[in-house]
Amino acid sequence: MALSGMRGLSVFISDVRNCQNKEQERLRVDKELGNIRTRFKNEKGLTPYEKKKYVWKMLYIYMLGYDVDFGHMEAVSLISAPKYPEKQVGYIVTSCLLNENHDFLRLAINTVRNDIIGRNETFQCLALTLVGNIGGRDFAESLAPDVQKLLISSSCRPLVRKKAALCLLRLYRKNPDVVNVDGWSDRMAQLLDERDMGVLTSCMSLLVALVSNNHDAYWSCLPKCVKTLERLARNQDVPQEYTYYGIPSPWLQVKTMRALQYFPAVEDPNTRRSLFEVLQRILMGTDVVKNVNKNNASHAVLFEALALVMHLDAEKEMMSQCVALLGKFIAVREPNIRYLGLENMTRMLMVTDVQDIIKRHQAQIITSLKDPDISIRRRALDLLYGMCDVSNAKDIVEELLQYLSSADFAMREELSLKAAILAEKFAPDLSWYVDVILQLIDKAGDFVSDDIWFRVVQFVTNNEDLQPYAALKAREYLDKPAIHETMVKVSAYILGEYSHLLARRPGCSPKEIFIVIHEKLPTVSTSTIPILLSTYAKILMHTQPPDQDLQRQIWAIFSKYESCIDAEIQQRAVEYHALSMKGAALMDILAEMPKFPERQSLLIKKAEDSEADTAEQSAIKLRTQQQTSNALVLTDQRPANGTPQVNQLGLVKVPTMSNADPSTAEQGLTHANGALTIVDPQPPSTTSPDLLGDLLGTLAIEGPPGPVTAPQSDPRVASGLEGGVDALAIATVEDQTNAVQPIGDIAERFHALCLKDSGVLYEDPHIQIGIKADWRAHQGRVVLFLGNKNLGALSSVQALILSPSHLKIELSLVPDIIPPRAQVQCPLEIINLHPSRDSAVLDFSYNFGTQLVNVKLRLPAVLNKFLQPIPISAEEFFPQWRSLSGPPLKLQEVVRGVRPMLLAEMANLFNSLNLMVCPGLDPNANNLVVSTTFYSENTRAMLCLIRIETDPADRTQLRMTIASGDPTLTFELKEFVKEQLISIPITSRVATPPMAPQGQPLSPPTALLSSDPGAMLAGLL
Amino acid sequence: MGIRFVLMVNKQGQTRLAQYYEYLNVEERRALEGEIVRKCLTRTQQQCSFVEHRNYKVVYRRYASLFFLVGVDNEENELAILEFIHLLVETMDRHFGNVCELDIMFHLEKAHFMLEEMVMNGCIIETSKTNILSQIQLMERAS
Repeated sequence: MALSGMRGLSVFISDVRNCQNKEQERLRVDKELGNIRTRFKNEKGLTPYEKKKYVWKMLYIYMLGYDVDFGHMEAVSLISAPKYPEKQVGYIVTSCLLNENHDFLRLAINTVRNDIIGRNETFQCLALTLVGNIGGRDFAESLAPDVQKLLISSSCRPLVRKKAALCLLRLYRKNPDVVNVDGWSDRMAQLLDERDMGVLTSCMSLLVALVSNNHDAYWSCLPKCVKTLERLARNQDVPQEYTYYGIPSPWLQVKTMRALQYFPAVEDPNTRRSLFEVLQRILMGTDVVKNVNKNNASHAVLFEALALVMHLDAEKEMMSQCVALLGKFIAVREPNIRYLGLENMTRMLMVTDVQDIIKRHQAQIITSLKDPDISIRRRALDLLYGMCDVSNAKDIVEELLQYLSSADFAMREELSLKAAILAEKFAPDLSWYVDVILQLIDKAGDFVSDDIWFRVVQFVTNNEDLQPYAALKAREYLDKPAIHETMVKVSAYILGEYSHLLARRPGCSPKEIFIVIHEKLPTVSTSTIPILLSTYAKILMHTQPPDQDLQRQIWAIFSKYESCIDAEIQQRAVEYHALSMKGAALMDILAEMPKFPERQSLLIKKAEDSEADTAEQSAIKLRTQQQTSNALVLTDQRPANGTPQVNQLGLVKVPTMSNADPSTAEQGLTHANGALTIVDPQPPSTTSPDLLGDLLGTLAIEGPPGPVTAPQSDPRVASGLEGGVDALAIATVEDQTNAVQPIGDIAERFHALCLKDSGVLYEDPHIQIGIKADWRAHQGRVVLFLGNKNLGALSSVQALILSPSHLKIELSLVPDIIPPRAQVQCPLEIINLHPSRDSAVLDFSYNFGTQLVNVKLRLPAVLNKFLQPIPISAEEFFPQWRSLSGPPLKLQEVVRGVRPMLLAEMANLFNSLNLMVCPGLDPNANNLVVSTTFYSENTRAMLCLIRIETDPADRTQLRMTIASGDPTLTFELKEFVKEQLISIPITSRVATPPMAPQGQPLSPPTALLSSDPGAMLAGLL
Repeated sequence: MGIRFVLMVNKQGQTRLAQYYEYLNVEERRALEGEIVRKCLTRTQQQCSFVEHRNYKVVYRRYASLFFLVGVDNEENELAILEFIHLLVETMDRHFGNVCELDIMFHLEKAHFMLEEMVMNGCIIETSKTNILSQIQLMERAS
């Protein structure tokens, strides 16, 4: 009664158990740790009994998930105690608390060795167990021969020898160079004659380790394994104690068959016959019985036998029995058997010649794809993925697509990737491939990575026959309401290149195409706008004869974006604008993209590299071993002559177009001089370069990559175009306001001010606007400091506040003139009426000399300014959290695309936003619990609680739950936090569509047309 | 290697016994236990006993308020592990007589010792209840 004898320990465990919450538990544990620490300090006064008690407490605390960073010495020292109870505790606790590299372990080596070579077999067992669990190199060096001796000693009892076997297993696995196993094959063979089932079980594990390393040396063990299996399967000489529900040790049977799977084949005919007889018995003789345990145990053996048959690549008859059995299993109700049936059928795909039989079960497998159990769904998905080939790709992929709409979040990404890969590998024809990918984007755009749409563009570019079809499809999708942004990208790209092939169809005139694409522009992000601009340029180029009206519209768009804050957009706008005025030269430069050289799909490569879950990998590996479909090659107007794909698709030839396009003639030229590199439409550079590389491959080959370099710094602009364009590319057009450029990044300044209360809001060569704010609950007082930097006065100074509906803002009078070198202060009174993320805009203008400068600046009167951090205890938190149940007061969302940051960084970010991180409330260290109070006139002070669950394996996603007593507040706060986590704030803001805020008089439409970046920014709010 | 860890967790998610056969630090253990327990505890009786998590496959079984979770790698036979859990419970039953959560809590060292007699270094070492318990009895006599 070692433990129950320790009253203090029982009391402690009860205390911890009675704790109402984690906080109380922590306090109790801390108190105990303090107590133990003091007791250990004057160790001399401790009796072995006390030491034992404290060490157990440490283990208990450690198990609860608290770090115990002291007292290890005391645990280790118990090992050398003379009496069994103390020694035993020392051994157990040491092997739980310490790892093999711990320094203290070395101190114990001598004691451990003495116990191992000593006469006391209980001590021997304890010592062997410790070494078997955590023994490292030092132990291997000093103990391996002793352990080996024990294992083969005839005077040792089984109870010691079985431990010696597993102890040796660890020492050998960890340090095969130290443990000498020369000549062990004979010894192993002898050990397998062992009658004691415990020893035999351990030895079989040891054999697996030895054989997996060097099967040649252990041939002599093979017949012994078969004999053991026979003995068990026939239930000969198996003690009752080792029979489990009537089945002779199922674990030893399984282990033995596992060991046999490490031998490449069974060559001796007699052994082979005996083995197959046993396997046949297992395959045929396993019935479903009522008792669950018996059923599980017999099926454990059966599944292992199936695996062994597959490994031995047995005769056709036996294999078809296996497939038949698996076919039965995947249709049963019992979920465990169904799961294993699917898993093993996936393994079975490795065996040649059975694919056709497996295909017969396709319908059944598809049913499991819709099972309520995610474990089963995953296995079904893996199996479908593995069994897909040219003959059934259409059915399977369509099934996956259909399932996609209803699949749970956790599986969508995997599903879309798999569907895309299968579509690519086994497409019976290319138009089907295009259909699949477009459907994929339509149904699960969020989960379709850029490489998937890059890939479809590559195929369309490389296959002329496909181009009109793809263009037509893209045009159809654009008519659908609310399409995904990726769909906008791919459609715009394809229509830019090939919409002229549709020109005679209704609704496909250049102008109509332009209008339908341009409708999407307000809804897309910064990364898509450059693609749209390229499309416009291409449409313009293809419109022959030129349509004056269309030209005017497109030029207006270019000139609007010429001063866009995003460098990529700005560059394209400037260049296309300049180019499109050049008439014929436009044709040369904007000619159709050449074909891409064929290479391995990045997608497939990625899938192969991915370390997804274990079983999935097997299927992926399997896939790579199988032959790919030739469909993609076949459709390239060539016979399937068996030459590798690379050569066929890799030809970069000038495409011959079906209609007589005047640009065709000059294309060769364009390609030859490589000028294409500079201005060809390219997807934005926001994704990682290797993904881009796949689509932009040609460019990289024809010339050094330079897609994002600024126009003036790229010498090839000058060489590719005539001299004058160069100047045009840099000069800003028409608008005089642009003459005054802001100093520093306006967006950056704004974001900095969102986190602090004073600083510079705006600066240009003439004026500096500083800000100082003081926030109290739902009110704020902000002072603007307008500082004239010049020796001349600034006149016609005007400041208007465009406030969103939730803010009441009063600005005191602003003087009309700011004298030279003077600073004027303008106080603002702000009242927050209700929760909203919208921000107020300061429309500021002044005259300097003849220049009129107008800027629109967001004011940092943002949501987090009306928050006050508040610490919260567990007692307060949990009732609140529970009482706010479900939407609309409590909202949850899985946020993807989070910028990766460490948990500590995230905590800092929250704290800087007045969202107080409360450590210790959530038992999971990867989660954050945050509390704050929000103030507005409507809501008064309102407590907001947030829980963030992060995944250490994937820092780009997290789950966020937000609760407060007001539905609007919950929603707004959720969106606000999301913006902070996702955005690299400066760029993403620009893309916010103007209609996002609900019809507020925020941005007059004229603001949008202004070409000042600041105004753009504010206007787009 | 086979078995990577054995966990006993009650339905409130509190760990009652944890034995790892590979070294994880406290943080990693806490995270792993949290994630696995969340996944397993929400599953229904009609769902299978296997849950895939990271590189582990978790084989689990529920007895009244207590969940037994065994993390294994690719080298294990799932059903054999499922029944091994039952063997462990039967062994504890034989010793404690209708074992319950409290028995494991307040006799932590016995539970550990029993498990140590059954699994070593991630491999099953003994499956005879008599042999397993004879060592425990020895321990009881000694103290």
